[in-house]
Parts: sequence; C-alpha cells; structure tokens
Amino acid sequence: MLDWLHIPMPPAPLLFAQLLVGLINGAFYAMLSLGLAVIFGLLNIINFTHGAQYMLGAFCAWFLLNGLGIGYWPALIIAPVVVGFSGIVIERVFLRQIAGLDHLYGLLLTFGLALIIEGGFRQAYGSSGQPYTIPAELQGAQNLGFMFLPNYRAWVIVASLGVCLATWFVIERTRLGAYLRAATENPVLVQAFGIDVPRMVTLTYGAGVGLAALAGVMAAPIYQVSPLMGTNIIIVVFAVVVIGGMGSILGAIVSGFGLGLIEGLTKVFYPEASNTVIFVIMAIVLLVKPAGLFGRAA
Amino acid sequence: MRTSGPGATGTAPFWLWTAGLILLALAAPYFFYPIFLMKALCMALFACAFNLLVGYVGLLSFGHAAFFGTASYITAHTVKVWGLPTELGILAGVAVAAALGTVFGYLAIRRQGIYFAMVTLAFAQMVFFFCLQVPFTGGEDGIQAVPRGWLFGLIDLNDTLVMYYVVLAVFLFGFGVIVRTIYSPFGQVLTAIRENEPRAISLGYRVDHYKLLAFILSAALSGLAGSTKAIVFQFASLTDVNWTMSGEVVLMTLLGGIGTILGPVVGAFVIVTMENYLAQTGSWVTIIQGVIFVICVLTFRRGIVGVIAPYVTGRQHPPAGPEPARPVPEVAAR
Amino acid sequence: MKLAALAGFAAALTIAPALMIAGAAHAQISGDVVKIGVMNDMSGLYADITGPGSAEAARMAIADFGGTVNGKKIELVTADHQNKPDVGGAIARQWYDNDGVDAIVDVPTSSVALAVQDLARTKQKAFLISGAASSDLTGKACGPTSVHWTYDTVALANGTGSAVVKAGGDSWFFITADYAFGHALERDTATVVKASGGKVLGQVRVPLNTPDFSSYLLQAQASKAKIIGLANAGGDTINSIKQAAEFGIVAGGQKLAGLLVFITDVHSLGLKTANGLQLTEAFYWDQNDASRAWSKRFFEKMNRQPSMVQAGVYGAITHYLNAIKATGSDDAVAVVKKMKETPVNDFMTQNGKIREDGRLVRDMYLFEVKKPEESKGPFDYYKQVGTIPGEEAFKRPAGNECPLVKG
Repeated sequence: MLDWLHIPMPPAPLLFAQLLVGLINGAFYAMLSLGLAVIFGLLNIINFTHGAQYMLGAFCAWFLLNGLGIGYWPALIIAPVVVGFSGIVIERVFLRQIAGLDHLYGLLLTFGLALIIEGGFRQAYGSSGQPYTIPAELQGAQNLGFMFLPNYRAWVIVASLGVCLATWFVIERTRLGAYLRAATENPVLVQAFGIDVPRMVTLTYGAGVGLAALAGVMAAPIYQVSPLMGTNIIIVVFAVVVIGGMGSILGAIVSGFGLGLIEGLTKVFYPEASNTVIFVIMAIVLLVKPAGLFGRAA
Repeated sequence: MRTSGPGATGTAPFWLWTAGLILLALAAPYFFYPIFLMKALCMALFACAFNLLVGYVGLLSFGHAAFFGTASYITAHTVKVWGLPTELGILAGVAVAAALGTVFGYLAIRRQGIYFAMVTLAFAQMVFFFCLQVPFTGGEDGIQAVPRGWLFGLIDLNDTLVMYYVVLAVFLFGFGVIVRTIYSPFGQVLTAIRENEPRAISLGYRVDHYKLLAFILSAALSGLAGSTKAIVFQFASLTDVNWTMSGEVVLMTLLGGIGTILGPVVGAFVIVTMENYLAQTGSWVTIIQGVIFVICVLTFRRGIVGVIAPYVTGRQHPPAGPEPARPVPEVAAR
Repeated sequence: MKLAALAGFAAALTIAPALMIAGAAHAQISGDVVKIGVMNDMSGLYADITGPGSAEAARMAIADFGGTVNGKKIELVTADHQNKPDVGGAIARQWYDNDGVDAIVDVPTSSVALAVQDLARTKQKAFLISGAASSDLTGKACGPTSVHWTYDTVALANGTGSAVVKAGGDSWFFITADYAFGHALERDTATVVKASGGKVLGQVRVPLNTPDFSSYLLQAQASKAKIIGLANAGGDTINSIKQAAEFGIVAGGQKLAGLLVFITDVHSLGLKTANGLQLTEAFYWDQNDASRAWSKRFFEKMNRQPSMVQAGVYGAITHYLNAIKATGSDDAVAVVKKMKETPVNDFMTQNGKIREDGRLVRDMYLFEVKKPEESKGPFDYYKQVGTIPGEEAFKRPAGNECPLVKG
C-alpha cells in the first residue's frame, strides 16, 4: 500500500510495539494536558508552570521515598496533595494579581515561575536524574508475543485512562462540574448565585496542578527524576491542548492519547521527526480550525 | 514613547542624546570586553526587531528564534563552505530569514493573541527540527570555525576592534530602519491596528498587508542579528533556533519595555550582562531570569524604559497610560 | 525618551564593570601567572564523570606542584559549559582573549571540545583534553597546541569493540548519541567490528539527554543483532541500560555493549544491573598501590572514587606544569612541544608518549563489572580481564587525517 512512497514497511510486531509505546507517552500527555485544560478553562491562564509542577510531583515522590521511607503507593496520593497545595499558594500570591489582564501576561508570569522552580532544583540536585525504582508489585513484564510489555507501563496506561475519565465525569456530569463550567462562562452571574467563585478558581488551579503532580509521580519510575523533566514535555503538552481545543476536557484527553499514537507511528517510519509531528499537526489545526478539534469557537 | 516623535519636543536634544549615545558606543570597546559588547548589540538588534512586531503591531511571536537561528546557519554555511564574502553571507542569511518570514507571516497573521503565539511556536519548532536534521547544520555540533573574512574584501574582520565597529554599524543600521519605520506613516497605521483593528479596517486599511509587511521586516532584521552573531562568534548552533531563544527575546523586550524604542536595547544589555556575570554559577541565570519575568509581569509591565522615561523627560503623561499597554488588546480576557 | 535613552544605556553599561579589561590585559600577563581553566559539565549528565571532581583533581595537581612554577603563581578558574558548544566557545574565547588563561583543561562533550580546539589552534593556546572522547580531536581536527590525554573513541573501539567480537558478538546494532562524540564512537567501533569480521545491521541516532529509550530499544530488538552497541555516555548510557532490562532485551538473548561506561555510571546502575558488562577504561582506582594512594586522597575530598577523566586531569596538568618548568616559558607551542618530547610516568600512566598529532599513547585496560556477591563494597566494581598495549589501543585502522602527521 505504501510501496509507492518507497518506505519499507516495518515488521508488524515492531509496528504494534511502537504504537503501544506511543500510547504510554500519550497517557502522560493526556494527564498533563487535562490539568492544563482545566486551568485554562476556568482561570484563562496558560499555565507554563505545569511542566515544573509535573517535575515537583516526581521529586515529591523521591523525597518521600528517600527522606521518609514512604513508598510509591502512598506517594500517588500525598505528592499531588502537597504539590496541589503549593499550586494554591501560587494562585493566591501571584496569579490572582493578574486576573483580567491579557493571556500573555499569564503565560509570561507562569513561564517565569517555571524558570525559578526548575533553576532552583537544578542548582540543588544537578540536572542528571535521580533514580526511582519501580514498586515491587509492578516489576516484571508480560510477553505479548510481539513485545515485552513491562507491567509498570501497562499500569500507567490503565491508571491514566481512569484518571482522565474520572476528571471528565466530574466536570461534565456532576453539579460541581456544572458550577465550574458556569463560572467559566460567566463568573459574575455565578457569584451572584452565592457561589464563592474566587475560592473555586483557587481550588481548580490546585486540582489542575495536582493532576500534573500525579503524572509526575507516575513518570518517576520510568524516567529519571530530573529537574529538567518538565521542560521538554511542556511544549509538547501545549501543542496537545491547542490541538484538542483550549479548555476542552474531552479534547485534551482524546488528543493526548491520539497524539501519543501518532508520535509512536512516526517513530516507526521517520524516527527523527517524532518530536516535530505534533507541531506540524498543531500548525495545521490552528490554521484550519483555530478553536481546536473539540473546542468551541473562540 | 509613541507620541514623542522627533518633532514632539524639539529636535535638538534628541539629536544631542543620539550623538552622545553613539560616542559612548564608539568608546565602549576600550572599556569593555568587545565580544561581550558585540553579543549585546546583536541581541539588542534582535530584541528591537521583535519589539517592532509585539510593541507596534501587537503580535507576540513565540517563534522568533526561527529567523535568528536560520539566518545564522545560512551565513555560517555560505561563508564557511561556499566561501562567500562576509557581507554576501550576511545578506544571504537576511534574505532567507525574510523569505521564511514571508511564508510564516502569511499564515500566522490570520490568527491573533495566544493563537498567533502558538502558530509561530509551531513553525519555529519545525524550523528547529529542520536544523537538527539537515546535514549542513552539523546537528548538535553546530557549524564551527566560521571564518570572519574581509568585509568588501578590504576590511579585516579578524581584528576584534574592527569587528566591533562593523557590528555597531550593523546595529545602528537595523535600529535606524526600525525607528524610521515606527515614525513613518506606515508605522502609524501599525499602531492604529494595534489599538483598534476593526476600526483600522473600517477606515479602509488593508490590515493584513500591513501586518505581513511588519512581520517580514521583523523577521529580516532578526535574521540580520543572527547572521551578525554567527560572524562574531564564528559559530552557529542549535541554541540559536531553540524555543528558549524565543523566550529570551521576549524577556529582554518585556524587561526593557514593550513598545518603547530603547527598551529592547536596555533589556538586551541587562540580560546579556547578567548572563555573562552569572555564567560561572550555573542555574542561577535561570532562576534570576525567572524572577525578572515575575517581577516585570507583576509590578513593572511597562519595563525599565517605560517606567523611567516619563520621569526623565519630565513629562507626566506616560504614553502607555496608568495601565500597561496590552501586547494584544483584542484578545483581552473576558 | 531622550533622557531615558542615555539613562538606560548608562544603567546597562555600569552594571558590567567586571567585564572591563584590566589595564594590563594586553600586556604579557601570562608572564606573571600561569592560569589554568577547567571547563566541563558542572551540573548536567557528565557532572559525575568530570564536573567538580575534575576541578578538585586540578586543585590537587597545582597544590602538589607547590602552587608556583619557576616562582610564578599558578591559578585555577572553572566554568560550566552546559554541554553547549556555543556556551563553551564563548567562555573559551573570553578566557584566552581576556582573562589570560594559558591552558584549558578537561572539556567533556566532544562538540564543545571541537569548538575549543578551533580557538586553541587559532589563538595558539594550550588545550589539555581529558573528558572529550572524539578521535577527531587528534584526527582531522587536530591542533599543534592540544594534547588528548585520557582516552578516545579509537581506544574504546579497539578495546571493547574487538573484545566483544572476539567473544562471538559479530552482528551489531548501534544506539548512538546524535552528536560528534556518538558519531565518532559509532564510526570507530563499526570500523573495528568490520575489520574483525563482524557486521553492522543498523543504527539509530538519539538526541543527547533523552529520557525514554524504549522506542529505540525496540528497534534494536527488532534488528535481531547479537550485540546492541551503546554509543553514548553518562546519563544516556545509564538510562538505556536500565530500560533495556525493563524491556527484557538481555533476557531475550541480545547483549548490550556499553562502549563508554565510567565507574560512576556503574555506581549509579548498581551491580545488580551492570554485572558482566565489559568496558574499556584508562584507569581504575584499585589497580595498584600508586592508583590506590592517589584515589584515597581524592576520596577524602570528594567522597567518591575518581573517574579516569578526573585522574587524567591531574596527570595532564602535572605534565603541563613540568613542561613549563623545563622550558621556562608558557608559550603554548613550546610547552606542548616539550610535553611531546617528555615521556609520561605517573600514578596512572607508565611510559606514556604523546604522539605528534597530540594523542597520549598509553595502555588501556579491559574490565568486567563484578557480580554483586564478588564486590566488597561501594566502588569495588571491576576485575581486570585484559590490557591493551598503547600502540594497539590508539592505532587507527583507517589511517589519520590529521594535517600534523600527513597520512
């Protein structure tokens, strides 16, 4: 079928294996872009700090293990709470002050915060990664015939799908979610109904940041826990959110996993381009359908 | 700043200051490390070119490194491998940057605000990828040992002082073009577009043409800065096309003052100085850059020049008004 | 605005006084002091191999030399090049031009070393390479004022590459770090593999500092090559070895050949993961009494055993200072000429000789990583399985393009 392109068709096992690896990366993209989308939806802020907060999640898990002897499973709960709380502080101290200003100021402010956090951790820990071992329950791998699927990576896919669906459910199908969506549309009106919108904004930011931290904890055993782990991924996650449609929850989830798959496919045919294919898609989407695939018209 | 054209308060002091500055610039290499000055001048030109777009058209590009870096690669390659004379190499870099700017600009100006920023970022990432992959750029190694050569076959650029004055001339040329553009009728139309695009359209201006021309000019001058830097450092590398370079130019402009003529120059000198000072201390550069971003956004949105200019000139009507100029007024948060 | 113009400029310029050229900068400052600049990766993926440890080794070398040479003070400066050639190039330029640095030492990351090499050649200043590996530094990019001290990609290929092929690993797939060092290591190893009768089935180029190797490892797995050659270093090597274990590559019958593995990498990996790995190094702390004595002093300062790069920094600086003492000058051309005439003998090198192209020819050693039960504690990691005589280790199978040796 692809013969006319003169691209050698890779063996099917390699294709499946790469798609699966793509899905694992997609799981991280989805979780991170989910948090970004939630924050953008309500705060109208492009949270450039998100990558740093993902890194904080991973470091938090590392501290818990090496400082307090608290393992992976408790860290899955503790780290997002701790980092989410730090997010609440950031929202109260910094982001609140620029509410109502242009988007770009939010972008620049959070960019600055990201530089401070990442620079601080690099100063303290160097940029080579700290190891974090896979929890005993999830070590080993399954032989799927076409590849070895490490148990931990299978868990990442399942867990992140669960988190994504739960978040989607809360926002789209519950009363709390209804308030959130209403406040996105018209905060003044919602405030008039007696709902504490500023507090809701703060908590939403905390929750979005918590999602980033959760992704960070889950990434810790796969990648090294490194101060720069968020720097490289944040730009890609931006693109994912833009493609899905800024502020769209479903868009973030679908495009997160979808782009992971596309990236995996690219790695088979043209590995060097795998980091760029997402930006090509982003440019096309922005030019053709600027509100993103799932976004409402801007 | 915008209201103070050359005729606004009498021209003599203006030219006096200009002459003073140029004298200072001429004497500077005897007091400072010339390579540092040249780097600062290149970055200042880059920031000025960037500012033309963000400050006077209201388009924040997050992909200007594409023009800066591509031009530096083209110049380095044409001079080193093709053996072009230095001035033609620089010209080639500028031409390619302008061509790139034409294509990107044509596509990007259809979008505004954050979407414009994202489109430019996407294009810049593609350029980065291109530069990483094509053999002539040398991948992670970059193009090294670019000969500085002779300008017009007469002037030996290997002499650091000579090189400095050439860079200064290039900077003044680029800066002059920008100032001239801002005060021209063309520049006034750009400002009108920034302030109220629908109104500019209703007045009969073909807004897209103006935006595109400004974009191309900005890209070409960014390219000029990149090409010159490649000659100064005899080196072109991935750092020049990386998105962090795009972020750096935003930082310089924001710090100096978006939409002020001298702001980007001041911002560039401050940032380059800081980087030079702190180079030995590793990550402190990053941390301090972050702190500057935060302080600027929270308290200092008009930048150094935007804040001190009204006091220095003794006029109490800061051009941007009590609230900062929004880079992109049309997408103000709802 | 007009005033702002001046104020802005003045403000920008006055906060840069440290950049002022001292009055004497252009005078013969090198006559008053010998200044040594250690430039490496202080915080990144090569920080453990080089980094502050190399700076400490330099400090030890200067202190052991007495702090002065021919009555002139020896000074040390350090910098972090962040593995970026433009950053390293700019620092080197400022050091050579402006700060009166006589010799730049270490410089891991071959792309940065090549940038410094260009400057050292044009400015005729000394460059003592310990951290960088690319054999191009004494090949087509060689320079008359440079010495490549510790190891290079040719030696690694001649060591690990030929040992692995001899043991039956005759089909190879390379996972290569996509920059000068990775390319050189892949090229030199492939040459040795082919010369020894093996074949190369493919390679994949991976960006420096990649966190996730899974996709590349799957390609290596699909190639069915017996040996997966890791033409990378530092954190990249650690990550690829770890993830290869995760994806069952070794369990599937393929073997990993870490072409450049340092003792610090083994330390990070742990013996459980690293045991059985064969590797080529120029130095191991537990080799003999001299190496143990020196390493003990190093350990007291840094709380870890030295890598061969750090040991090499000490040796290179000592040899350089001896040459200055002998010639009475710090002119790089004369000093390096003297260095080449003098045989090298210290705690890590016996009867070493610097070739005309700048390569220090010394014996290299083939080690195997111990099993966890064989090790007596931290850093007791290697057993020596072979010695590769210098002439053999640094022999280029494909000839040398260095203009200094013409053929």
